[in-house]
Amino acid sequence: MPIVIKNLSFTYSKGTPYEKKALDDINLTINEGDFLGIIGHTGSGKSTFIQHINGLIKPQEGEIEIFDIKLTSQKRPKVNLKELRSQVGMVFQYPEYQLFADTVEKDVAFGPKNLGLSNEEIKERVKEAIEMVGLDYEKVKDRAPFELSGGQKRRVAIAGIIAMRPKMLILDEPTAGLDPYGKEQILNLIRHLKEHCSPTIVVISHDIDEITRFANRIVVFNDSHIVYDEPMQELFKHSRQLQAIGLDIPRAVKIANALRYKGINISNNIVTAEDLLKNIVELYNKKHNTNIDAQKAAFDMYDFSHKWIAKDNKEGDDCQNINESSDKHIEESQEDKIDDNKKDNKDEIIVNQQKQKRDKR
Amino acid sequence: MRDISFGQYYPVKSFIHSLDARIKILVTFLFMLSVFFIVSYTMFVFMYLAVTIIIAVSHVPYKIVLKSIKGILFLLIFTAIINIFFTSSGNVLVPIKLGKIDMSITDQGINFAIKMALRFTLLVIGSSILTFTTTPTELTDALEYLLKPLSYIKIPVHDLAIIMSIALRFIPGLIEETDKIMMAQKARGADIDSSNFFKKIKAMLPVLIPLFVSAFRKADELADALDARCYNASSKRTKMKVFKVRKSDIFAFLGVVAFVVIIFLDKYLVTSLAGAPDLGGFKIEGLDILIYNFFKLAV
Repeated sequence: MPIVIKNLSFTYSKGTPYEKKALDDINLTINEGDFLGIIGHTGSGKSTFIQHINGLIKPQEGEIEIFDIKLTSQKRPKVNLKELRSQVGMVFQYPEYQLFADTVEKDVAFGPKNLGLSNEEIKERVKEAIEMVGLDYEKVKDRAPFELSGGQKRRVAIAGIIAMRPKMLILDEPTAGLDPYGKEQILNLIRHLKEHCSPTIVVISHDIDEITRFANRIVVFNDSHIVYDEPMQELFKHSRQLQAIGLDIPRAVKIANALRYKGINISNNIVTAEDLLKNIVELYNKKHNTNIDAQKAAFDMYDFSHKWIAKDNKEGDDCQNINESSDKHIEESQEDKIDDNKKDNKDEIIVNQQKQKRDKR
Repeated sequence: MRDISFGQYYPVKSFIHSLDARIKILVTFLFMLSVFFIVSYTMFVFMYLAVTIIIAVSHVPYKIVLKSIKGILFLLIFTAIINIFFTSSGNVLVPIKLGKIDMSITDQGINFAIKMALRFTLLVIGSSILTFTTTPTELTDALEYLLKPLSYIKIPVHDLAIIMSIALRFIPGLIEETDKIMMAQKARGADIDSSNFFKKIKAMLPVLIPLFVSAFRKADELADALDARCYNASSKRTKMKVFKVRKSDIFAFLGVVAFVVIIFLDKYLVTSLAGAPDLGGFKIEGLDILIYNFFKLAV
């Protein structure tokens, strides 16, 4: 069963001078198996929107249908919100701030306990959830959640949601406030959860580079409306419009656009760094009649970034060796082009700054 | 949680909003004192009329002002009941005796209860007009100014003002935080909306613990931020907005003083001149006597 949202509108503090429209006539269908990314400014309505899906806010206008449960503005029939919340798991921003119990085990058990499950079932689910988020159950279960590290706390909080075995998972800024290594781990965890826990995932993120790494469909909120709802490959054809409403676009797209502007024939459905690399290698092959394996190059780059992060985490930033070991051809061809592009950007920035100074005078 | 309006600043422009906060505090203080000296129903009518006009001038909707009375409704009813049952003077209407305790309902008891309720309501409306039309910053600045004489007897007035303004500044943040944590725990199936009182209390624990943790964390951060900017409460500081008394302030002040004078005249002069009629313990005072005499003559 997909999730269908029809004509949803919501206004905060209706009828007072603090009145603020958060959602205006939202229509959206989320299919089972979707890996949906939601982007938008702070205050664009995206948080209000996901709170609706979990039944935390009652719709003022319009209706929502989630796994046969219907939410409307009417009081009756009464909705079984517990049922809904066991099916739709919601991980809030900074979820570690909701931890309260004296041991990790008790905290993770809070959700399943509220569902009224038997003790054995709860225990089994708690163990499964803690292991699912990549923590050692035996080591961690009796520790106080407040003495864990930031990343671990976040995992425990996510485990608390997973223990309810939701069919769908919503995450609000899951990587906010983490270091690059912690971010990488949470992103991998989300991917893992999609395969092993809940098939439908919705993620809100500010970091466009991050969201493009896993989402297959992106919804853009602006000013309490949905402005774009497209597969990821299509969305960045509207780069200009996205930038006009003040949203960032992935670095790979920026580079591709700049190269295209320079007259290089780059394909226009590039989203990730891998896509870009593959495309550049293909172009390089064509021009110089070489036969470098694009797939392998992409893989190397991926491997490189992983090694870099791992190494960074162990020894601080010393990535000189890895740099040398990677494929020279690709490095050179890429660097040349990017360097050109950077120079251009720099020139532009300097010109802009000078202009601004002049304007001030 | 989001719709807490009790005493919250209501951002519109009006004559009342633009008044000097110091004058507003003084005037409100005077008003609240004088409310206890109102004795006749005639004066109550005048006062309620005046308050109604002031609210109209302040552009704060009546609905919102009335909401602030809702908060003390329980207190109002409670004191009224106490007054009705435990006032023994006056003419007995319904005799009730519980052992040795006399709990009869008398006409004077009802009279007291009504007047008390009218006074309480006036107090709440008066103070909420002040908070509706004055920002918390103005309020603390004005209070600091008014309490300045206390610093001569070594009371740290500036520190107190800072503590107060920080506390006020944190309230909306804490409400928002409570809201967020409540939602997070609700999403985990907590019974916060349950109508069962005991279940509700139990469900508050997972909200209160994270709330305390975050409040302490925020207090710590704020203290660090103040330290990092070399904040020192004892040094002499200047204000961004300097208070200035204008003609309109004096006008408002004199207006309220005139009302206070009338209230006192009503209580002391009118009562003693007209002479209270003997109604067997049921007391009428002030202008009410004149009206009573007038009707008596007419009949």
